[in-house]
Amino acid sequence: MESLFLVIATLCYLCGTVGYLIYLLKDREVLHRIAWTILLVGAIFHGAALVVRGVGTGHFPLTSIREAISLFAWVFVVTYLVVQLKLQLRILGSFVSPLAVIFMLSSRLLPTQAILAKESFRSGWLIAHVTSIFLANALFAMLFSLGIMYLLQERRIKKKNFGLLYERLPSLDRIDSIANVCLMSGFPLMTAGLITGFVYATMIWRSPWNWDPKEVLSVVTWMIYAILVHERLAVGWRGRRAAWLAILGFSATIITFVLANLLLTGHHSVISGNLYG
Amino acid sequence: MSHIILLGMNHKTAPVEIREQLAVACRQEVNPLHMLPHLDHVDELIFLSTCNRVEFLFTCGAQAEGIAEIKALLRTHVGLPSSIPLDSYLYVHQDLEAVKHLFMVASSLDSMVVGEPQILGQLKGAYRSAVEFRTVKMVLNRLMHKSFSVAKRVRTETCIGSCAVSVSYAAVELARKIFGHIQDKRVLLIGAGEMAELAAEHFLRQGVRSMTVANRTLERAVELAARFKAETVPFDHLLDELKATDIVVSSTGAREPILSYRDVRSRMRERRNRPLFFIDIAVPRDIDPKVNEIDNVYVYDIDDLQGVIEFNREERLSQARSAEHIIDEETIKFKNWMKSLNAVPTIVSVREKAEKIRQNELRRTFSQLPDLGEREKEAIEILTSSIIKKLLHDPIMFLKKKAQRDSRAVYMDFTLQLFNLIEGIDEVAAAQVESEKAEDRPFLKAAKK
Repeated sequence: MESLFLVIATLCYLCGTVGYLIYLLKDREVLHRIAWTILLVGAIFHGAALVVRGVGTGHFPLTSIREAISLFAWVFVVTYLVVQLKLQLRILGSFVSPLAVIFMLSSRLLPTQAILAKESFRSGWLIAHVTSIFLANALFAMLFSLGIMYLLQERRIKKKNFGLLYERLPSLDRIDSIANVCLMSGFPLMTAGLITGFVYATMIWRSPWNWDPKEVLSVVTWMIYAILVHERLAVGWRGRRAAWLAILGFSATIITFVLANLLLTGHHSVISGNLYG
Repeated sequence: MSHIILLGMNHKTAPVEIREQLAVACRQEVNPLHMLPHLDHVDELIFLSTCNRVEFLFTCGAQAEGIAEIKALLRTHVGLPSSIPLDSYLYVHQDLEAVKHLFMVASSLDSMVVGEPQILGQLKGAYRSAVEFRTVKMVLNRLMHKSFSVAKRVRTETCIGSCAVSVSYAAVELARKIFGHIQDKRVLLIGAGEMAELAAEHFLRQGVRSMTVANRTLERAVELAARFKAETVPFDHLLDELKATDIVVSSTGAREPILSYRDVRSRMRERRNRPLFFIDIAVPRDIDPKVNEIDNVYVYDIDDLQGVIEFNREERLSQARSAEHIIDEETIKFKNWMKSLNAVPTIVSVREKAEKIRQNELRRTFSQLPDLGEREKEAIEILTSSIIKKLLHDPIMFLKKKAQRDSRAVYMDFTLQLFNLIEGIDEVAAAQVESEKAEDRPFLKAAKK
């Protein structure tokens, strides 16, 4: 049941992506509505799969990196669907939906080995940590898409070389202000996620800071976004540099989120295996 | 025979300071046209003044004296100190070159932004006041009307006109792609050329509410500000104004860029990096192209904007060429009309027309009466030609008598109209353009330089 739902969800995300890519080339509002609905259907199946998994195993579906990415993909799609309803920037779908497909497919490829003990999900701190970090990362993924959109559009206007994309992409100001919304809501969530993480770490390992690679990377990532937030508020940073920094920040997020779990050793890691021994 | 002379300066020949001084002086209550009765050598006079040009179009019997008088008029009217050498800024076109130049001006081919539509209205205004002052007579009357119809022909037969309109349209569209909503953006006009006005009007129509005008001469700035419900700022405070501005439309016609990379860069921090969009309509450019390299600053000059509307260079050049072809053709038509104002060609063309009619009628009659013998035919030919001769005798004697007078042109023109000879002149002209093209048209070439 669960894997059937996941397959349906993946197919829906794929179809939604194709729909949005066609929408990028052809300005038909109906295309956007169809693609958005398909993504919504995919998210419902995906959510159902997660629930089935959670009920089946009796814990939050986050014990392996595969589950983590899958859950993240779901949070990301749902965030997009909500942001779209709120902000109505249709073309954003063309940049966001491919990312959703990438996350979804990569979750299939990642190992299922458990990284967290089931018992750990009894702690409200961990749930708070995971929820806020995931939401923050979903918003940062959106910020990354917006950064790419901004750079594409900015380049066209600067180089005076116009094409189809110039027509289809929204104004720089619009992209920038939506990016600002994503950043300003994502950053407090990430901060909260780190704090709850430290609280949880203190409870488990009796110290908030253990030089775990993921901890270090998280703080580095947080600092990148902190710089971005600070510069925006203080000097009114925007545009190209802000977009590049958002892209850099999200790359750091991906490294923190996936690579640290796979390659490096530490409490979040797959390789270190037994965390609580 | 009288000469048509056009004396003036435009954005290509005179620095902006001189032109503005002239334009301001000429916008005073006193129109230089009222001086005509005091000019001994000038017969007819039209005075055109826009922000980018000041021109006197006049006819005179003696060229050198006429030009000297108009130059003196220019100097005293403007109150230009004699220390400023006027001659180096002036161009003087005579006869056909003057006609061609006027046609170019009217069709907006001589404008800073080729194809901008306002010049024709300004020219009509100049003509209207000349009519009020009764300073135009037959030659300039016809020349002005001709220039209006040439402008119309150029506008309908080429895409020159749509080019300028879409430039300001493109500017607004680009602003939308940068700012999203432009209603709450602030527009700064630097300089006050026709094209800047066109762009400003376009921005206003699109809902921009806040506009500022900076101009070297305050009078002009105030005038524009009143029209666009804008504020004015002193030209020297331009850089400070950049802090509060989002869109800059610049068209000063200064020789050197008025805004450098450093100027703009240092202002960006103060404006917290909010995007700044420069529309540089001036040629040569007002904004250093390097400014475009600054983050969040976008500089579009007139070529870029024309690139936006996919009017590529080739296309524009070919449009300009076909417009010039029209102008050449019309210039020659006008030349032929001028020539016809002398008695001899008028008489010749009256006779030619009569002869042509006679030949046509004879051919028709002979073909309907095939039985006629040679004798009868000869008799009919003699009969018809003597009717024509006798009928035309008095008019031709009249024209010959008037040929010695100064007012002959009026009679010649009247004759041309009476016998409907103008159309014939026009038909010949079209053919003549083609043949003269082959000869490489020395006078037109000279005008182009």
